This record gives sequence, C-alpha cells and structure tokens, in this order.
Amino acid sequence: MTRQLPLTAVAASLVGCHICGLVVHMPRDAHRVHLVCPRCGATLHRRKPDSLGRTWALVIAACLLYIPANVLPITLTTTFGSTQSDTILSGVVYLMAHGMWPVALLIFFASIIVPMMKLVILIYLLTSVARKSQWRPGDRTRLYRITEAVGRWSMVDIYVVTILVALVNLGELATIKAGPGAIAFGGVVVITMFAAMTFDPRLIWDAMENRE
Amino acid sequence: MTTDALIACHECDLLHRISELPVGSAASCSRCGAVLYRQKRNSLDRTLTMVITGLILFVIANSYPFLSFKMEGIVQETTLLTGVRLFYDSGMHALALLVVLTTVVLPLAELLGLLYVLLPLKLERVPWKLGSIFRFVRSIEPWGMMEVFMLGILASVVKLAQMASIIPGISMYAFAALIVVIAAAAASLDPRIVWERVEMPP
Repeated sequence: MTRQLPLTAVAASLVGCHICGLVVHMPRDAHRVHLVCPRCGATLHRRKPDSLGRTWALVIAACLLYIPANVLPITLTTTFGSTQSDTILSGVVYLMAHGMWPVALLIFFASIIVPMMKLVILIYLLTSVARKSQWRPGDRTRLYRITEAVGRWSMVDIYVVTILVALVNLGELATIKAGPGAIAFGGVVVITMFAAMTFDPRLIWDAMENRE
Repeated sequence: MTTDALIACHECDLLHRISELPVGSAASCSRCGAVLYRQKRNSLDRTLTMVITGLILFVIANSYPFLSFKMEGIVQETTLLTGVRLFYDSGMHALALLVVLTTVVLPLAELLGLLYVLLPLKLERVPWKLGSIFRFVRSIEPWGMMEVFMLGILASVVKLAQMASIIPGISMYAFAALIVVIAAAAASLDPRIVWERVEMPP
C-alpha cells in the first residue's frame, strides 16, 4: 500500500528561486556547488543557508538591544533651558495623561508590543523547528507570515522622533533632540526584520516529511 | 535544466503545477495557504501608469515644505529631509541613514527601477540586464516604508497639536497621494510578466 505524500521541490531534486520563482533542477550531490538562478542570477539554496544559526544570532542581538531601546531616552526636550528626557514608555504615559489615547495605543503597540511579540514568536518557531515538532504546521506558518508582515510598522516611532526633531527646532524656545534610545530602537527594528527574513518557514514543513 | 510548468511554494516547498487563472484571482498553496501568484488585469499598463505618477509626486513631495509649525509667533518649516539632516548634524549617522534609506532612497530606487524595467517592455524591447535589475527591485521592496512614515506624520501632528498649530504644506498632499499610488503600483504588478521576458541561456 502506498501512501499519497505531497511532493516537495527538495524531494524531486528541484529548487525554487527565492526571488523570481523559477524551478530549477538541483542534483542531490550538488551540496557545495554554487548554483545561480539562470533567469535572475540569485544564488539558489534548497533552504536558506544556516537559517537557524543566523536567525538565533539576530534574535539574541535584538533581545540585547531591546533593553537600551526601552531604558535610554529616545527624545530630549529642551524648553526655556530645562531639559526633559523621555523613554518610549514615558512618552506613551505622557500621551495618555494628555488624553491622546489613539496615538498612545499606536506607539505602545508598534514600539513595545510588536517587537517583543516578534522576538517571542521567532524564539518559539526556532525551538519548534529544532525539536522537529509536527504540531500545527499551518498555524505556525501563519504566525511566521504575520511576524514578517507586521515588523515594518515598528518604525513608526523612529519617524515620529524624526518629525518632532525637525519641527521643534526653535532655539531657546523649544528644541527636541533624539536620544541614544532611538538608535538602539532603530537597531531592534532593523535586526528583527533581518531575523524574520533569515528564518526559513520551509523548515517547519520539513519535519512533516520525515514522519514514519 | 528548468521546469516552466512548476512552482515551488516559497513557504513550505510544495510543488504545484502552474495553471491559467481567471483575472483577479490568486493561486494559493494547497498545504500552507501562502499565495503563489495572482492573475492581474492589464498589469503592465496599470503598473507603468502608477510608477510614472509616483515619480512626479515624489519630486513634488521632496521639493516643498511639508509641515509648518507655529509657536509663539515663530514659524518653523520642514521638508522631508530636515529631520535627517538634524540627525546627521548631531552625530546620529546610523539613524539619519536608516530614515533617509527607508523613506527617500529606496522608494525612489524602486520607482526608477520599475520604470527602467516596464517602459521598454511596453515598447516591446528588453532592457539591458533585465534579470539582475528586476531582482534588485524585488529585494529592496520590504525596505521602502513610506506608508509607515505617513502614520508617523499623523501621530506627531496629533502630539504637537496641543503645543502649537501645525499647517500642512503642499508636499504633504503629494506625499499622501504618493502612498496610495505606490500601493496601487504594488497591487497591480504581476512579476511574472517581467520574468517571462528575461532571456535565459538554453
């Protein structure tokens, strides 16, 4: 009795180009050969190279940067000679205290919740793949898809700081400058975006192929 | 050796046979549900229109002040690049680079790259190095973040509105329109119409 198994590109000695989608024949022994897509010139890989190791490295780097991003001030506001520094969280509290709820919620989600959820989800996906988990691969792929799509919106706080710095530049009267936390936070956003790009969701499905 | 009739799902690697779809519909992976490709209506013409419109709006958006800030009689005007210059001047080079790349350089590179690819194709010609250049356009796509910048503008306007009066400039309207046009260009582009024109060694 034969069981109908879905056929993957790897199982058929094929590889799909990650840029242009062309399906190219890749012999099984072509392990260390540098194969290039004949159509668009991108390097072909069956799976993203060293996906787990690289994603772990980026996730750990982002976790470390997440601390200064939240502890150090992202803006320094000087009005009439006195300077007040604000972190991401104290900025949110300021907005709430002044009744600007929608903006407070936006910044809270985009700057605090989204980066944290991204890191938690990526760590979960990395460990589930390492454990060759077969639990709900469809839902785990969906989780990955959301993580990848939502990450860019964390940049909103960096842009708010950019605009505040540009507008509130009135010399003695009032000046806003970016603090060191802004650099760390920008780092968190960029590194988590790279981490999501480095993770290969096909690894989730590889565990399904090898069941008895 | 290549296999034209097949596509491998980019999220789970399952092989699918490519078939003609009714216009406006999408083919998704039978196992993980990822969208494999979409059949777009009149993709080349629509995308090219949006790209040319986008380039005109881009020039306007970057040429005029986009917000004015009025506080105790002092008026401060800014363009898109004012904040970037101030970051750079205060030694925050990485931050300046991040903002200028994601809001100005990469969106412009994407529009120019699409124009370079699509205009000759419209005129039945194949541009030089089509494959590599379209690959570049596709890989910078996630890093253009103008729509996020727009949200940032709205958030800062709300935040500053209590301290002072904020007056939107001409470029603000151009910028808002630009975001819609860029989204429309992305929605109408079917990358397959470009890839199938790339000449491959036999």
